[in-house]
Amino acid sequence: MEKKGTIAAVNNGAELFLHFSGTWTISSSASSFIDIQSFFTDITLIRFDSTKLLAWDSRLLVILSDIQEYAKINNISFDAQGLPSGVQRLLRLASASPGKAAVKSDDKNQSFLQTVGSRTSYLIEDSREFLSFTGQITLSYGRLLSGKAQFLRSDFSVFLEECGPAALPIVSLISVLVGVILAFVGAVQLQMFGAEIYIANLVGLGMTREMGAMMAAIIMAGRTGAAFAAQLGSMQVNEEIDALQTMGINPIDFLVLPRLSALLLMMPLLTLWADLLGISGGFLIAGLTLDISITEYYNQTINSINIRHFGVGLFKSLIFGYLVAFSGCLRGMQCGRSASAVGTAATSAVVTAIVLIVVSDAIMTVIFNILGI
Amino acid sequence: MQSLPLITVTNLTMAYGSFVLQRELNFTVRQGDIFVIMGDSGCGKSTLLRHMIGLKDPAAGTIHFRETDFWAASEEQRSQIMQRCGILYQSSALLSSMTLAENIALPLRQHTTLGQDEIGDLVSLKLRLVGLAGFADFYPSEISGGMKKRAGLARAIALDPEILFFDEPSAGLDPINARLMDDLILELRDSLGATVVIVTHELASIFAIGSDSIFLDADSRTIIAGGAPHTLLASTTNSKVKKFLTRGSSF
Repeated sequence: MEKKGTIAAVNNGAELFLHFSGTWTISSSASSFIDIQSFFTDITLIRFDSTKLLAWDSRLLVILSDIQEYAKINNISFDAQGLPSGVQRLLRLASASPGKAAVKSDDKNQSFLQTVGSRTSYLIEDSREFLSFTGQITLSYGRLLSGKAQFLRSDFSVFLEECGPAALPIVSLISVLVGVILAFVGAVQLQMFGAEIYIANLVGLGMTREMGAMMAAIIMAGRTGAAFAAQLGSMQVNEEIDALQTMGINPIDFLVLPRLSALLLMMPLLTLWADLLGISGGFLIAGLTLDISITEYYNQTINSINIRHFGVGLFKSLIFGYLVAFSGCLRGMQCGRSASAVGTAATSAVVTAIVLIVVSDAIMTVIFNILGI
Repeated sequence: MQSLPLITVTNLTMAYGSFVLQRELNFTVRQGDIFVIMGDSGCGKSTLLRHMIGLKDPAAGTIHFRETDFWAASEEQRSQIMQRCGILYQSSALLSSMTLAENIALPLRQHTTLGQDEIGDLVSLKLRLVGLAGFADFYPSEISGGMKKRAGLARAIALDPEILFFDEPSAGLDPINARLMDDLILELRDSLGATVVIVTHELASIFAIGSDSIFLDADSRTIIAGGAPHTLLASTTNSKVKKFLTRGSSF
C-alpha cells in the first residue's frame, strides 16, 4: 500500500480549519501548497488538526512554512496549537531567522556584450598578473644573489631529480619518435630528387634548432608544470602559503625559486639529450629504409650542424623552461580555495605553458632568421 | 522510564595496525539521549566516532544499531543504516566546489525520488532551520567558520535522520556561537526526536546538553567513567575525570 499524506480543509466563514492525516514524509506522496492555495481566500484565521497524523518529517514542515509565509504576507492569523509540538518548535526555529539575509548579486545570465567585456577585463587583469609575477621572480633572484632568500636545499634537490632524471624515459621515447617522424616525412620528398643524404641535414637542424627544445618543453609542461600548479594550489587551499607569509618567509623565495631554478638547470640538459636521441631516430630510418651507412650519415650531420645551432636550441630551452615553471607556479599561486580550483589550476598551467612556448618559439625563430643566426 | 537502546557497543577494540588505541569498550546509547564521548586529546574519541559511522572497522567487538550488527551486515543494510544517520564533521566537510544549496541537496538527490522543486523547498527549509536563509548560492569558501558548521548541520539533517553524530560541533566557535550551536542541537533533538552522539571536550557543552556520557582514558586505554555529566561530577572518585570536568581547578 502506498503511503499517503492527505489534507482536508473546512471553511467556517473567516476561519480555515486544516486537518492533516496519514503519512507526511519524504518517502510518501503528499500535496503541496499550490494544490490548496485556493482555500485561502477571505479568511482571517488558520487552525490545524493533526490527531489523525501518523508520521511526519520535513515534508510536512515545507508545506506548513509555506502556509505560514502566506499567512504573514496576507495578514492572516496563524494558530499552530493543533500541530505536534515538535512541528511547532521547528516552525518557530525556521521563522526566527530573517527571510532574506544576503542575496548574491552574482548574475549568471550575462548578455553577449557583458561576456565579451568581462572576458576582456579578465585578460587585462591576467596580463597584469603575468608582469607582476615576473617582477616578483626577478626580485626573488635578487635576494638569492644577495644571500637573503631562504628555501630548503633538500627541496631543491628533490625538484632537480623530478625535473631531470625522472623525466628522462618519457623525453627519450618522444625524441626518438620525433626523429623518426622527421626522417620519414623528409625521406619521401628528398627521394624524388635523389637527395636522400640530406635527411641528415633535415633531422640534425630540425632537432637541434627546433624540435628538441620544443618537445622537451611540452613534455615538461604536462609533467612538471601541472605538478607545480597542483602542489602550490593545494598548499593555497590548506592556507599553507598564508602560513609561510605570516612566518616572515616569502612564498616566492621558498616555493617558486627552487622549482624555477631546478627546471632552468635541467631543461638545457634534457634538450641536449633530446637532440642526440632525435638524430639517432633519424639515422634509424635513414639506415633501414634508404641504405645510408653510419659514417655517411655521421659526416653529413657533422657538416650540417655546428655549435651555433645547438646554441639556438639551448637558448630556446632556457626560455621554455622558464615559461613552464612560470605558468605552473603562477597558476598554483592564483589557485582558489576549493578542490576543483586545484584541478583548474593544473589544467590552466599546462594550457598557458603550451601557448607561451609556441608563441615565443615563433617570435624567436623570426628574430634569429632576421639576425641570420 | 528508560528508553530503548539504539546503539550498543560490545567489547570494542580499536587499533591502528598493531597499535591498540582503546580496548574493551562497552556502552549503550539510548533513544533520545544526547550522548557525550569525552576524554583528553589523542585518546581515540574521534576514532570511536569513525567506528560508529562506518568509516573504520573494529579490530574486535561489535556495534549494533538496534538489532543489526553493523559490521556483519551486508553492504546494502549498512547503507540503509547510514541513511538514517546524519553526521557533522569537525571541519564541516562541505564540498568546496558546490554551493550550500547543492551541498544540502546532495543527499536528497542521492537517496530520494523527489523532484527538483521539492528538493529546493526542503533545502531552503533546512537553511532556515539553521539560520542561513539567503545563503543558498554561497560557496563554502565565502562564509565564516561558524556558518560552515551550521551549513554542515543543515546537510546532516537533510534526510531527517534518527541519529545525529557530531565531531567537536563547537570547536573553533566563539562562546556565543558555541552556545547557539548547543541550543540548536537541543532544539533539533527535541523537535525531530533524534538521538545525538557528540564528541567534544567543551565543558560548557557537556554540562549544558549531555544526558549520558563516557570518558575515554588514554593511559589505561578504556572507559574509566560514565553517566550523566552532572551526576558524574558529583559522584566520581576518579581524580582524572574530576580534573577534566573541573578544568583542573579542584587540584
